[in-house]
Amino acid sequence: MNTDPIEQKPLDADIVCVGFGPATGGFLTTLTRGLETIDSRAMPGLPPQVLCYERADDISFGVSGVVTRARAIKASFPDLDTTEIPMAAPVRDEKLVYLLDPHGATRRPALMQFADKVIEALSGLLRVEHQGFAVPFCPDFLHKKDGFIFSLGQFNQWVGQQVMMTGLAQIWPSTPVSEPLIENGKVAGVVLAADGTEVRAELTVVGDGPIGPVGRRLDEIVGMPEGHKRDEWAVGMKMVVDLPEGVDLPEGTVFHTLGYPEPEIFGFFYVHPGRVASVGIFVPSWLESPVRTAYRYLQHFVQHPYIWRYLKGGRMRSWGAKSLLESGRRGEPQLAGDGFARIGEGSGSTNVLTGSGVDEAWLTGVQLAEGVLELYREGLPFTKENLEARYVARRRKSWLEAEGQIAEKARNGFQRGVLQGFLGMGLAGMTSGSLSVPRPAKDKTPGRLEDFYIGRLTRSQIDTIRLRCELESEPLHDALMDACGWPKIEYDGQILVSHQDALLMGGKVQAPSEFPDHVVIRNEHVCDDCGEKMCIEICSGEALHIAAEKPAGRPGFDREKCVHCGACLWNCVHENIDFCAAPGGLHSAEN
Amino acid sequence: MAYQIIVCGGLAPDPLQTLEPVTTPTGPGLKNELMLPNVFDPWAGHALYEAANLAKNQPGSTIKVVSLGPKAKLQQVMMTVAQKLPFELIALDGPGGGFTDAVSVSKALADAIAAIPGFDKSQALIFGGWESATRGAGVVMQMVGERLGITEQFLAVDELTVDPDGALVIKERVEGGKHQISKCAAAPAVLAWATGSLPEPPNHPQTGMANMRVMMPALQKAKPTALDPAAIAYAQVALPAVTRQTRIVKDVPAADIAAEIAAWIKQ
Repeated sequence: MNTDPIEQKPLDADIVCVGFGPATGGFLTTLTRGLETIDSRAMPGLPPQVLCYERADDISFGVSGVVTRARAIKASFPDLDTTEIPMAAPVRDEKLVYLLDPHGATRRPALMQFADKVIEALSGLLRVEHQGFAVPFCPDFLHKKDGFIFSLGQFNQWVGQQVMMTGLAQIWPSTPVSEPLIENGKVAGVVLAADGTEVRAELTVVGDGPIGPVGRRLDEIVGMPEGHKRDEWAVGMKMVVDLPEGVDLPEGTVFHTLGYPEPEIFGFFYVHPGRVASVGIFVPSWLESPVRTAYRYLQHFVQHPYIWRYLKGGRMRSWGAKSLLESGRRGEPQLAGDGFARIGEGSGSTNVLTGSGVDEAWLTGVQLAEGVLELYREGLPFTKENLEARYVARRRKSWLEAEGQIAEKARNGFQRGVLQGFLGMGLAGMTSGSLSVPRPAKDKTPGRLEDFYIGRLTRSQIDTIRLRCELESEPLHDALMDACGWPKIEYDGQILVSHQDALLMGGKVQAPSEFPDHVVIRNEHVCDDCGEKMCIEICSGEALHIAAEKPAGRPGFDREKCVHCGACLWNCVHENIDFCAAPGGLHSAEN
Repeated sequence: MAYQIIVCGGLAPDPLQTLEPVTTPTGPGLKNELMLPNVFDPWAGHALYEAANLAKNQPGSTIKVVSLGPKAKLQQVMMTVAQKLPFELIALDGPGGGFTDAVSVSKALADAIAAIPGFDKSQALIFGGWESATRGAGVVMQMVGERLGITEQFLAVDELTVDPDGALVIKERVEGGKHQISKCAAAPAVLAWATGSLPEPPNHPQTGMANMRVMMPALQKAKPTALDPAAIAYAQVALPAVTRQTRIVKDVPAADIAAEIAAWIKQ
């Protein structure tokens, strides 16, 4: 083989996919099963050339412990044997648990405090144990009882290996895509971030998730459909734990939790095979706190007596975080255009009522692949019209759309308050979406610190904390939570570790040296007038921090700590952050 | 001088993962070994980067990588390695990891090398790591050389240059933090590399695409390779004890860090 450097020139393919997650997994699985009899249009005589570029350094470095009904996944693999997939198991025991507040530090509405008192008073009758009340029924719309527990990283790896072994698709890890290639108003492929290589393809499949640069750029170019917005988000943060000796929860055990560490924060606990559990929380954008911190809240969550009785003495194996687009169908972008189609979470497929996204994402990929195979067989081009007829129409006729419509308004109530939110979810779930709590004219936005802490901290207390944190280059959330009565975290070196140790022990975070910073503050002067700096408070890896070397209060960025969760992007109220394509991030295959 | 550079390199679990030895029905293994992402063995990686550098400076040279491991894992790892430099893959579909027997592995590798169409021993430089990151037996490359009848062998190599007269000048690590410099008149030779001096090349997607055109067929027809499971028995396996105290710092002078580490060791 010639070892001379290869000349820089555009690469030609038939289909180029951006991002390898469950949606692209569904797409490639379905596509490769039908490709063998089809001729490439880019390279006649060969099968279609299908390339997939994944930003992360391995296809197993996704992040999400997932419990899913897996209807679409099971349709793709009717004989699915979960023992083939590490960390997968059928759901066996599923509970919805309301967690009481053991410290009195959460911000509970008065009605919720009253409910807590009633539950405590009737604790014997209601079988309250370890300050958790297992709701006697799990609403039908929430249950996953016929489904599976997965580690998404392991599932992706399993799917990716099978796809690649067909020889009909190549999945390239550690290859971020910077933007779509636009020519004559059409998407003509993608541009790779590493060296600016143009990859030309008749069809670009965009499955790069809600914070992916290709999807976001397409939204800028083609605009969102009328009335659609991406304005509801959450940070999902989790750890994978080796359960301690003596804890014999059966694999397949699932707890969904609510009520703690804040009423707005939902939690989960899944038991995988091999005495391993995934435990985590979702911190939503409608949590009004300007010092949202998923990590500190996660530490309190795992120590809740209901959860801690299973975890105490265990050991963190893995840790990670990601942003979730919680706008559901309302966040659906233009699904198809000339030369491109959108699939997966970034295409608004997540069902915000059932709290399910992986299976829905998989289905969008399957539906697109079925449409693409039809177009190939009929010799038709990948135009907007053809893709809408073969992909979007399929999607509209499926359970994904029907259930997405039911869920569309289910979370409106959370824009008014947490109880209205629960009421809205219940109404939408019980009436198949016929009833819902109306969305207010103006959505909730994070308040100023001084307003948020009224009645708990005085203005002078906040000023003192702010000054001290600025001097010590520390984020505000720990100091504020300490001052509000949250107990300090006593590190045990196993599960309760510093945020930085979680990055190293759990996330194994990496950042290749040859790439520039991928998080860029557009105009640092804007930060001077930003009182809350939510980008720093929310940052899942403490990558964004108060930079001692910069003028007071301006954020600095350490890419060696970034887990690519993208939370900074939607938490900067000034839209002053660019989040660019880059490899690296989490190196855990267990999330 | 054009060389046929053949790099022997296996897979290793990504060292950032949680590794835990367990006993399986077929002997020792790693807990959840199936789910561990793999990387190209770091020692062999150094050999590969040095091979690329040599090939660049010796026009007409070729690089072939002979790799033994589970086919699906090989494919996954090659999607990253293939982006770094041009080479051809000879894939052997068999067991990987740290518990295989070095004698069997060396036989599989030597047989595969000898079977390469057009293999010319007189031009051959057999590269590899001086040990593997999985077990560190440090004997496989010597045995590969012996089986191929190549007796010029250099271990823990950090540098290779080619004299104008075609002689190989090789710098090997020896005791006491010193190097031994040897001169070898010509190929063939076995070079088992230590770290060398070259950094990991950045990914180059076009190189990866070009490599994959020939690698995909090679992976599809990877030769099933069985090793003798009874060749070695382990009485006990364990991870070394580790004490971990982490502190993240930035822009701290190396001398300060060294002083702090020294103070910590003295405690």
